[in-house]
Amino acid sequence: MFRRRPEARPAPGDRLVEVFVAGRPVRVPEGASAAAAVLLSGAPAIRTTPVGGAPRLPYCMIGICFDCLAEIDGVANRQSCLVPVAPGMRIEPQTGARAARIEDAA
Amino acid sequence: MSDGMNSDLAIVGAGPAGMAAAIEAASLGLSVTVLDEQPAPGGQVFRAVEAAAGDPALAGEFLDAGGALAGAFRATKGIAYRPRSTLWHLDPDAGVLSVTAAGATAEIAARRVLLATGAQERPVPIPGWTLPGVMSAGAAQILLKTAGAVPGGSVVIAGQGPLCWLLAVQLLRAGVERLTLLETGAGGALRDALRAGGLWTGRKLLAKGVALMRETRARGLTVVRNVRDLRAEGDGRVSTVRWHQGGRDHALACDTLLLHEGVIPSTHITRALGLDHDWDDRQLCWRPRLDEWGATSHPNVAVAGDGGGIGGWEAAAASGRLAAIDAARRLGRLDAAARAARAAEARKAQRAALALRPFLDRLYRPAPGILTPADDTIVCRCEEITAGHIRGAARRGAAGPNQVKAYLRAGMGPCQGRMCGTVVAGLIAETRGATMEQVGALRPRAPFKPMTVGELANERPEAMPELTA
Amino acid sequence: MTASGHAMHDAIVIGGGLVGAAIAYGLQRQGLSTVMLDEGDVAHRASRGNFGLVWVQSKGLGAPHYQHWTHASARAWPELAANLQAETGIGVGLHQPGGLHFCFSDEEMAQRDALMGQLRREAGNAGYAYRMIPVAELRDMVPGLGPQVVGASWTPYDGHASPLHLLRALHAAFQDQAGLYRPNARVTAIQAAPRDFTVAIGSETVRAPRLVLASGLGNAELAPLVGLSAPLRPERGQILVTERTRQVLALPTHVVRQTEEGSLLLGDSKEDMGFDTLTQTPAIMRAIARKAVQTFPWIAELNIVRAWAALRVMSPDGKPIYDESERYPGATIANCHSGVTLAGAHASLLAPMIAAGALAPEMSPFSARRFDVQKAA
Repeated sequence: MFRRRPEARPAPGDRLVEVFVAGRPVRVPEGASAAAAVLLSGAPAIRTTPVGGAPRLPYCMIGICFDCLAEIDGVANRQSCLVPVAPGMRIEPQTGARAARIEDAA
Repeated sequence: MSDGMNSDLAIVGAGPAGMAAAIEAASLGLSVTVLDEQPAPGGQVFRAVEAAAGDPALAGEFLDAGGALAGAFRATKGIAYRPRSTLWHLDPDAGVLSVTAAGATAEIAARRVLLATGAQERPVPIPGWTLPGVMSAGAAQILLKTAGAVPGGSVVIAGQGPLCWLLAVQLLRAGVERLTLLETGAGGALRDALRAGGLWTGRKLLAKGVALMRETRARGLTVVRNVRDLRAEGDGRVSTVRWHQGGRDHALACDTLLLHEGVIPSTHITRALGLDHDWDDRQLCWRPRLDEWGATSHPNVAVAGDGGGIGGWEAAAASGRLAAIDAARRLGRLDAAARAARAAEARKAQRAALALRPFLDRLYRPAPGILTPADDTIVCRCEEITAGHIRGAARRGAAGPNQVKAYLRAGMGPCQGRMCGTVVAGLIAETRGATMEQVGALRPRAPFKPMTVGELANERPEAMPELTA
Repeated sequence: MTASGHAMHDAIVIGGGLVGAAIAYGLQRQGLSTVMLDEGDVAHRASRGNFGLVWVQSKGLGAPHYQHWTHASARAWPELAANLQAETGIGVGLHQPGGLHFCFSDEEMAQRDALMGQLRREAGNAGYAYRMIPVAELRDMVPGLGPQVVGASWTPYDGHASPLHLLRALHAAFQDQAGLYRPNARVTAIQAAPRDFTVAIGSETVRAPRLVLASGLGNAELAPLVGLSAPLRPERGQILVTERTRQVLALPTHVVRQTEEGSLLLGDSKEDMGFDTLTQTPAIMRAIARKAVQTFPWIAELNIVRAWAALRVMSPDGKPIYDESERYPGATIANCHSGVTLAGAHASLLAPMIAAGALAPEMSPFSARRFDVQKAA
């Protein structure tokens, strides 16, 4: 439900970065966070909670509330509001508790 | 000695207080390390100020003052600046800071530590505040600052405090068309506030506020006052805001609800260290007990900025300078007379910046109900524990938030109680008829922020980012 | 209230942690009107720092009575968990699938085998089943083992439960059966006479013919007031807790277990740091993290959301103390560092003995008098 204001950004020197939210490309200003990309993408939720399965989107944007947890470039439960976007970054919504990534040696 | 792993003064936080303290301390000849979680200096108030230069919606104090301070901070020699670095443990006796950065951990030594960790917005637990589409007003401001993004559709700002008006102006300037401000302030607060005085000394700040309010009116902001019993409703996303006012129920279609009930000091680290704190009964928050230089109850630790009590960025910068000057005195660079002389200007700036504080604190005193939401309200967002659950545990004999945490898991999630701790204590106090001092506060533990097991296992000092002018 | 102003009860339990609550719950179930006195919100609270193992393996080497007691408690646990669930609706998350103790070299495997064999010999007729499991078989039991793991010992008796749910369930069941729970009730004085104890909490007093001291490290100070001794020292343990993760670990191990909620608990450390629960040490926390990653490399990616430093209650030989006063019959002391493992025994075996008025003869090796003998020797 957020939109970028093209008249304000890119300001002189500002650049747009293309990232993928749930597989869909989103262009956001350099220096913005992955959480901002999620909000700009219009995704209905960044995750569902491990306890009750309720949908959540970022709430505080300053690293306090942990509601913006998302899988970023394959790593689960990252605080997306503290991760700046990078070209090609893949931000995936999470469902419930994260899984451990296990590769059996045997 | 300043190899960056070993300095005279370690400053945690690169907001106004941390930046001003670093500049002052470095100019007094101290070696300084500044740790900050963000990728660029500015703190929350001047977040991404360097990148936002030129955005008309943000023109004014934000870009001018914030840009100047960040520029001076970058240019000052003798500051080892470590962005994207998170403090996860602090041993104040030994002067050892444990830091996570770049996927590894390392220890940094300092003779003195200044915590300039700032403020957080007060959590506003109302029914439905976990729904997508509900966020803090500060979050919307950060989206504007860092991404040039604004909410669409029907936007509602609900709560009270100067930020509500500032954000309203910024959103209106940025082209938001359907904006409503629901003010939750207590009727009659203005009369009480006027008795606090300080209006003349604080006239500049006051004028700023009046200008903001005037601009919102000119731009057609709808304002509803004396709003009570606010709730957000919707299926999978907020669609309606309901409230009570003037003996009637009201409802408004809403796509984005932005909540704000003021800001409170971030006391997560100071409480984890076991420092002395006082309960602020007017602003309903804990604050570390400080002397006039920002020194805490631990001989090696000081606090500057909003983390010691809310005062705004100018007061924060002044308190940062004072703490730096005091550090120079304690580390033998200044004698008492030189400290006093050096402090005069910062002291004056601090007084001017704080003059309006008693007025604002009374005008925007949060309603007592902010700590005692209705039973169906989720209080602990991480573990989804409601106010009703917490009242039940308190009736069972849980006398404090640490016991409630053990009983119900409230405060056990990744936010480590930052969102729920004070409200849990408020609910216990209400249920058991006790004071907030008697109930006490959650005692946070290291790690101060979550980190991965791999980061902890991986000790790699050379991986730590460090920028020096 | 009696005429003299005392609140009269059948039993007073000092201590509202896992040991005190299990005994108080057991006494109340025996039909005794019991009051449980607890401290405030910030006490030493070993109960909140418990790892949550119901652990039999390796307990009680050279002390068959302790091995039996631990084993008996593990056997009493299912009924305790079922009763608490029925009485309070609170599930305590008991699972007893057996537990693993990992070995990282062939030499360690051989040493472990020898230790387990010795325990089996000492078990006598009570029996003690165990197996040494080679790594190939181990890989079918737990996922993603690190390359340095060479095997593990396993007993079928081991399990785990949620210490926090257990504490809450014991408190709730105790109160539901009309037990009186008193938080913020720090004991200020004890007046002792045979089968007549008056405990002061500030200006208030409670009185009963039975008194149980179960206040953990606090017992060191209280025991002499009723003619007993409790030579205890704190031993700090640190635990790291990860975020909730989908169920991945089917059985508990001595260094990692997964809770019902999904968190992985990583332990355990032993330090002797006095009564300072506030201090956590990065070096120890790092060592715990490394051990966990060495065992299960995939743990490296999980976030630590909490960590605890709590104090284990240790007697000089590390074994529990259960004792009754000769000078003041009716006074009993209970101390251990395994409040979860022994909860079954405390509620189902110890409480009935206290209710009946005397500890059973087989409890005598747990008396603190064993330390007097050591001193004399």
